[in-house]
Amino acid sequence: MRIMPTYFEKKQLVTPGELLAEGDYLAGENTYLEDKKIYAARIGLADVDNKKVNVVALRAFYIPKMGDIVIGTITEVGFNGWSVDIKSPYTALLRASDVLSRPFKPQNDELSQVLNAGDLIVAKIASYDRAHDPQLTVGEPGLGKITRGQIMRVTPTKIPRVIGRKGSMISTIKQETGCQIILGLNGVILVTGKTPEDEELAMMAIRKIEEESHTSGLTDRITQLLKEEKAKREENKIE
Amino acid sequence: MNEKPEKLIDKKGFRLDGRKADELRPVKLEVGVLPNADGSAYIEHGKNKILAGVFGPKEMHPKHLSLPDRMVIRCRYHMAPFSVQERKSPAPSRREVELSKVIRESLEPSVFLELYPRTGIDVFIEVLQADGGTRCASITAASLAIADAGIPMRDLVVACAAGKIDDTVVLDLYDAEDKLGAADVPVAIMPNLNAVTLLQMDGILAPEEFENAVNMAIEGCKKIYALQKEALKNKYTITKEEAEEE
Repeated sequence: MRIMPTYFEKKQLVTPGELLAEGDYLAGENTYLEDKKIYAARIGLADVDNKKVNVVALRAFYIPKMGDIVIGTITEVGFNGWSVDIKSPYTALLRASDVLSRPFKPQNDELSQVLNAGDLIVAKIASYDRAHDPQLTVGEPGLGKITRGQIMRVTPTKIPRVIGRKGSMISTIKQETGCQIILGLNGVILVTGKTPEDEELAMMAIRKIEEESHTSGLTDRITQLLKEEKAKREENKIE
Repeated sequence: MNEKPEKLIDKKGFRLDGRKADELRPVKLEVGVLPNADGSAYIEHGKNKILAGVFGPKEMHPKHLSLPDRMVIRCRYHMAPFSVQERKSPAPSRREVELSKVIRESLEPSVFLELYPRTGIDVFIEVLQADGGTRCASITAASLAIADAGIPMRDLVVACAAGKIDDTVVLDLYDAEDKLGAADVPVAIMPNLNAVTLLQMDGILAPEEFENAVNMAIEGCKKIYALQKEALKNKYTITKEEAEEE
């Protein structure tokens, strides 16, 4: 059997260009293969998962992927659609025919009355490849114009942490605050609650997750934090 | 330094600033110093003080500059009016335009440009204080800033110069040595890949002297590379320690 060394410890902080492994390994996320050697391509934490060497990036930006749910801002109303800023290097396009769900006639429909510049939407990436800008779709339940709630941004790489293992983190926050939360994979989060106070509470929890995303036992700490904050607010109300 | 000293290197082999022939100036690096930029770095290389800030990747503006098959790097090397003894005009000089291009070309091989077609990144390099070897220090800082912006890279680029003063090949020339010396050879490398991304020479060197200078510069680069990695990791040290607890 051939020797297949790796040159890092689990969760070691690595810099771009650092040699990670040699031989019979696969280059996973944020790594690259050259001369049968695997190097890191971003600053992050290295890990091996079943022969696949990955680096969990500490800094990254959002690159669209088909099927991703994202939250974006309308930046421009065009002739047959809208340009949408999805906090990515690429501007997304939303076609008029997709929103109107009937054939679009420029002479009958005034697009800015449906969605205007500055409006926020929840959408799904319908298509994207390196030659074309991403296309969005809102033709599914839960997608479309955002009418109420608050928006916040986190680093896109932290979204999985906000979701938690099997969604444990996000369901905790939803339960404790009674808020609806939509996570855009582009790092934009929509929080909708019954009162602005509930929304503030949920946003505070999410901000804490972003700051401490690399620590363990976070779900429990968040639960506790939310309970304490709620108790505090109850007291204030009585006074 | 208005009069030319007789010797740039004394009998004991010490240079005007007290360094030995193969000694670097002290280098200090810091990452993430500008919260408004996507990535940033600051370098103090001897008396050089240089800031680098990176924006992007984002859509190219104006759009016709974008390329259908890869990302574009735009680079501006600029010296502040107060960076040198005689006020420098803030308008870009011929030298700055050339250095911008040279620095950009030394950084390009390190970035995975082909991953993000039709986009661009902007690299801004601001020399706050100059004392010889600013192009090398700029490359070192700019590469760190790109890594800090989270842009995928093959390796960090690190640069260092070697040259010749008084018939001796020395490492890392400062302003006076650069002006009065015989030659200057800036070298930029990607240390892990063993690749050279910049190699220039100003002055005259014999072939063996040139080879000696290049090797010396590469050794210098490797020393700075260690500092570069450390600086990048430093920004996330807390992250690392707490991750280990898990």
